[in-house]
Amino acid sequence: MPRTLFDKIWEFHCVGQRADGRDLIYIDRHVLHELHAHHAFAQLRKQGRDVHRPDLTFAVQDHTVATKPGRDDDSNPSGAAFIKAMRDGCRQYGIRLFDIDDPDQGISHVVAPELGIVLPGATHAVPDSHASTVGGVGALAFGCGTSELAHILVTQVMALKRPKRMRVRLDGHLGAHVNAKDVALRLIANLGVSGARGYAVEYGGAAIAAMPIEQRMTLCNLNIEMGGRSGFVAPDDATFAWIEGRPFAPHGALWDRALGYWRTLVTDADAVFDREVTLDCAALEPQITWGTDPSQVVGISDRVPDAATVEPSRRAAAESAFAYMDLAPGTPLLGLPVGRVFIGSCTNSRLPDLQVAAAVVRGRRVADGVVAMVVPGSSTVKREAEAAGLDRVFRDAGFFWGESACSMCAGSNGDRGQPGERVVSTTNRNFENRQGLKVRTHLASPATAAASAIAGRIADVRQLLAGAA
Amino acid sequence: MQPFTNHTGIAAPLLVDDINTDQIAPILQSRGLKDDYRVVLFNRARWYEDGRENPDFVLNKPQFRGAGILVTGHNFGAGSSRESAVWSMLANNIRVIVAKSFADIYRENCLQNALLPVVLRPQDADAFIARVVAVDGAAPFTVDLVAQSISGPGGPDIVFDIAGPDRTRLLEGLDDIGLTLKHSDEIASWERRAAAAQPWLQAAEDIRR
Ligand code: SF4
Repeated sequence: MPRTLFDKIWEFHCVGQRADGRDLIYIDRHVLHELHAHHAFAQLRKQGRDVHRPDLTFAVQDHTVATKPGRDDDSNPSGAAFIKAMRDGCRQYGIRLFDIDDPDQGISHVVAPELGIVLPGATHAVPDSHASTVGGVGALAFGCGTSELAHILVTQVMALKRPKRMRVRLDGHLGAHVNAKDVALRLIANLGVSGARGYAVEYGGAAIAAMPIEQRMTLCNLNIEMGGRSGFVAPDDATFAWIEGRPFAPHGALWDRALGYWRTLVTDADAVFDREVTLDCAALEPQITWGTDPSQVVGISDRVPDAATVEPSRRAAAESAFAYMDLAPGTPLLGLPVGRVFIGSCTNSRLPDLQVAAAVVRGRRVADGVVAMVVPGSSTVKREAEAAGLDRVFRDAGFFWGESACSMCAGSNGDRGQPGERVVSTTNRNFENRQGLKVRTHLASPATAAASAIAGRIADVRQLLAGAA
Repeated sequence: MQPFTNHTGIAAPLLVDDINTDQIAPILQSRGLKDDYRVVLFNRARWYEDGRENPDFVLNKPQFRGAGILVTGHNFGAGSSRESAVWSMLANNIRVIVAKSFADIYRENCLQNALLPVVLRPQDADAFIARVVAVDGAAPFTVDLVAQSISGPGGPDIVFDIAGPDRTRLLEGLDDIGLTLKHSDEIASWERRAAAAQPWLQAAEDIRR
């Protein structure tokens, strides 16, 4: 029987079936973060249970750590207890922790692939809904809650119901200054915030084949915003080249053997998906959210919809979004004044994201009155960016250049916008109050965010750069 | 885990789709390792910034203060995987959520904590919502997991579907980790097979060390 790539990875990792019908799926790599792990450690201590495979478990400090240069445990006062509890738990259970001052520290979904901890065809779990970011290297990942996290610590498996299979085919080639973020936002707009619920999503097609690994990660990162827990791209030569030589990746003879196996990680030609979706990427322009959920998206040159054109079941949500976002229906987004710009998060904080933003910013200045921030996704990304001089580009333009953390993505480290502020953000959720009380978030790509910081208004990066030529 | 067999309580209607876990359990409200989950729940909606209660929010209305059943729309619990969005329900004695549909991770978190997630058949959902709105907290509903039914004012009992295994786990209050540990031998033999078939998966070594 022809099988999809999802079926191959699932079936290989299926340890057995529990009496309640759930499949036990072995988790090859488990990465914890400090905001949720302490609950699980407490549960283990209470139950007198141990960690089954500390050698396959890793931990990062990312959600609550401060971004200001020279930070320490106490720089974010409400984070200190989490950071220390993480350190204690990792010491007790023998888990490798990338601590606040570790050269490998960073956001779990950035660090794990960067170090070669996650690999093609491997399963991966993180107590964070954006776990499937690492689907960009062909890993099958599951975001999970705290109870599931404790379950994995003790057993190294997850008890799961097998999801259905969806394929998203991205046809055509992306235009200049349009990238994976724009593709993902358009997909979420088309499918809705629960369109992929219950499915594992495989992304493929010409636009994917041409897409650098970091952008594939951006795309897979946003899979959860259309309700899908797992999303991935079949690994190809670009993936293998990207992984080779990373510290935790196989080396020597083992690398050759792994490579031989990874080349079999494809969906068979006649395999059947439960749902197929296609998107023509050729005509796509930069996308941006106007509302308070990630499906409320328009092209950068479009207008906020009219209530009358919104599907009836979505009308109440649109009305409440108009009010929260202080937007009149039918008005253009281009030109709206912004108070803050944030470039970072597991969605868009890898080196190429920063390079794209720096290319827009170079030789320009952030508009007066705009607070602009760049927060690299890992300490490694930060070092590499500094070696390339990107920090200077951003600083000279008036950007804040921070230490790696989740930062304004969810604000759990204290980095937040001001009440009422309009923010263009490269993150993944534009929910009410997420980036600070009453903050009005517009999700967009690094290029659009950078252009908007320079313009002081929501801007079309293509116009900004054309104006310079 | 506490077993769940049935619950009788006031049903509070929060008839909005896509309520996300940022709304249910705002991070801004989580300040330490031991949060007070009673005040975390819907914190932004329940209180104004100056600390005054918002009298219009459903759970603040006198008739719904002690509600044990939350009735809501599609895709409840979207967004972040934070389990505090379930713990905060339980801290407020909400034991059942009746939704048109749930986000995947949220539903799993409910099952892990004996918070019963009920999805009614589409033809029943609107009728039930109408009854909940009509009775306006004046009389309770009973959600019975044994009979898989909801009974209460305004109409006949409504039967709901739930996967048999999920039902058993809730009824018996089974320890999820304990269930899996019965398969320890299979886990160990899988590890041996994987170590032979894909040895790079069973060892994660830092070549720099
Ligand atoms: S950057 Fe945001 S979405 Fe990503 S791991 Fe951190 S808090 Fe979660």
